[in-house]
Amino acid sequence: MEQLVYKKPDSIRDDFKITFCPGCDHGVAVRLVAEVLDELGVRENTIGIASVGCSVFSYDFFNIDIVEAAHGRSLAVATGVKRSKPDKVVFTYQGDGDLASIGIAETIHAMTRGEKVTAICINNTTYGMTGGQAGPTTLIGQVTTTTTKGRNPELSGFPLKISEILKEVDGTAYVARVTLDSPQAIMNAKRCIKKAFEAQLKGLGTGFVEILATCPTNWKMTPQEAHARVRGEMSEVFKPGVYKDKVSEVI
Amino acid sequence: MGLNMGRIVLNRDRCKACYLCINACPKKILEPDSSVNELGYYPAKVKDEKECIGCAICARVCPDMAIEKVYK
Amino acid sequence: MNNKDKKQLLKGNYAIAQAAIEAGCQSYFGYPITPQSEIGEYLSTKMPELNRAFVASESEVAAINMLLGAGATGVKAMTSSSSCAVSLMQEGLSFIAGDEIPCVLVSVMRAGPGLGYIYPSQGDYFQTTKGGGNGDYKIVTFAPASVQECVDLTYKSFYVSQKYRTPVCLLADGMLGQMMEPAVVGSYPYEEIDQSDWALDGAKGRAPRHIASIERDQETLRKRVEKLFEKYNRILENENIFEKYEIESAKLVITAFGSIARIAKAAVKKARKNGLKVGLFRPIMLNPFPEKIVAEIAQKVDCILDIELNCGQMLQDIKASIAGAANIPIKFYGRPAGVMMTVEEIYKQIENVYKEIVEKKYGTACI
Repeated sequence: MEQLVYKKPDSIRDDFKITFCPGCDHGVAVRLVAEVLDELGVRENTIGIASVGCSVFSYDFFNIDIVEAAHGRSLAVATGVKRSKPDKVVFTYQGDGDLASIGIAETIHAMTRGEKVTAICINNTTYGMTGGQAGPTTLIGQVTTTTTKGRNPELSGFPLKISEILKEVDGTAYVARVTLDSPQAIMNAKRCIKKAFEAQLKGLGTGFVEILATCPTNWKMTPQEAHARVRGEMSEVFKPGVYKDKVSEVI
Repeated sequence: MGLNMGRIVLNRDRCKACYLCINACPKKILEPDSSVNELGYYPAKVKDEKECIGCAICARVCPDMAIEKVYK
Repeated sequence: MNNKDKKQLLKGNYAIAQAAIEAGCQSYFGYPITPQSEIGEYLSTKMPELNRAFVASESEVAAINMLLGAGATGVKAMTSSSSCAVSLMQEGLSFIAGDEIPCVLVSVMRAGPGLGYIYPSQGDYFQTTKGGGNGDYKIVTFAPASVQECVDLTYKSFYVSQKYRTPVCLLADGMLGQMMEPAVVGSYPYEEIDQSDWALDGAKGRAPRHIASIERDQETLRKRVEKLFEKYNRILENENIFEKYEIESAKLVITAFGSIARIAKAAVKKARKNGLKVGLFRPIMLNPFPEKIVAEIAQKVDCILDIELNCGQMLQDIKASIAGAANIPIKFYGRPAGVMMTVEEIYKQIENVYKEIVEKKYGTACI
């Protein structure tokens, strides 16, 4: 008798529409968040915050209540939701431009207050939605539409290491950086996302996962080449790993 | 047909032809289709269903959730 | 008897804060700025005592977005700020209006532009009613002229915001925020509006709800914005409040709002005592603007004298209201922030305009 070993998570709409480009890791990240909501049994008690960027169409796939935030303001909106309804599970799904550039103040201050929310950040070293401009995480030497000769730190500074910064913020309870470049990495990413939600559910503080993700379209690479870049130069600068884990401490 | 027989339900019209599943499949039984789907891509398809072990790796790496179900 | 039902000597800012508590405000977010900091100070103690949310936000940008999040859950939520800091909230206000999220912004105007100073001013009439946010929307605006009205209009702001799912601004100024006078806080006088048919509380046993201003279909987007404006029309029809004083027999009508209107009213009283046929029209709801009423008044008088503590902002709405309805002179007396006008000063203006327009037309017999 054959058994069902995989199906679309309930936290993804039946009529979902994946709005991302071919091979983009966003789709996997979204599914992992949905699987975690399913496994924790919180889908019907969750309010998600949709941000601006490629994640702007969260309504198209997440099967949960969602409120939008202006660019960068997701964690302020999340604060307003959570403080008003402390029994709800609240999470943001943001890109690195949203969370670490225009919204870095909202990010750090929500986390320094230890807001009991979860933040998922897609770091793809570029502004994907607007066509591949340099962002806060663009690597030195990386060619983008606004660093046409490669990012030069003299002109446009250095890539921002988000997880390293946020682990130093006292209100965070879980900080991890993961990749999605292999089946094993995907399984690991899911475990980390689950921990980031458990940090919230246990009332320990903010849970945060930075996902090193591909942008094949703007990187002008095949999805396979893009994953090789994540494993290579991206992981060299942005070292994957668990940076802070108060969740395991209490277990 | 052995005990490890598996089966996937692939919605060809959701596939955007990134072929990450083709690369990831441990049994190498996925390949590009020769006709385009609704989106205009040549979607992945199972070339040898008998060999599927139902490991669901293809479903886990698919960014489009085009592999809707996996049975084992 | 509770203190709140007695007449108390109250500072405007405390009156607003106490009224917010009585109105059932569940969540407050704010960043300090003079001349309204007492609102946040008061609520920082009171809200936690009542098991309600108070967050000292890192900025006004954050505060307005926290307000958006809170409002999206259907609770009564408020922020308060002033002028240059309300500027920082314009992005959020546009989203809140587009999202149709109920919430209250208390804006206690100070003098600008830029940092200006903490003096009373009405320089943010444009900021509030014309908005700095993008797109077609309005922020419903009420302007108190006394500490008692600070209380009453805080209640009204919560009610209108919840009834129509719209952001509402209580537009006071530094004088009202800082001055003390007797007022009764009382109790929230309005019915509670059920928000459960749209607010976010987790999609339990129902389809998920999405609160968003983004709309990819152009026809749907057009209809959404048109619906917003139908709503503003309904608000004007049902919720408009204003003060008319000695309008009926007036040849000259003063238009003014907020604290200046109070001083203007005293000047009108003096003019009446001296036999000048002068009246006062004080819009209390500034946005949507009561154009029809202003036009009707203009058809019956010989001149309008608009008085504001700015360089002529509501004046533009007065002119737009009268255009095509009456062909009368519209005079303006105002000045940017700083020293408050005196009754005597406004009376002089009234007298001058009266001589120039009314007496010229009717002769001194009119007096």
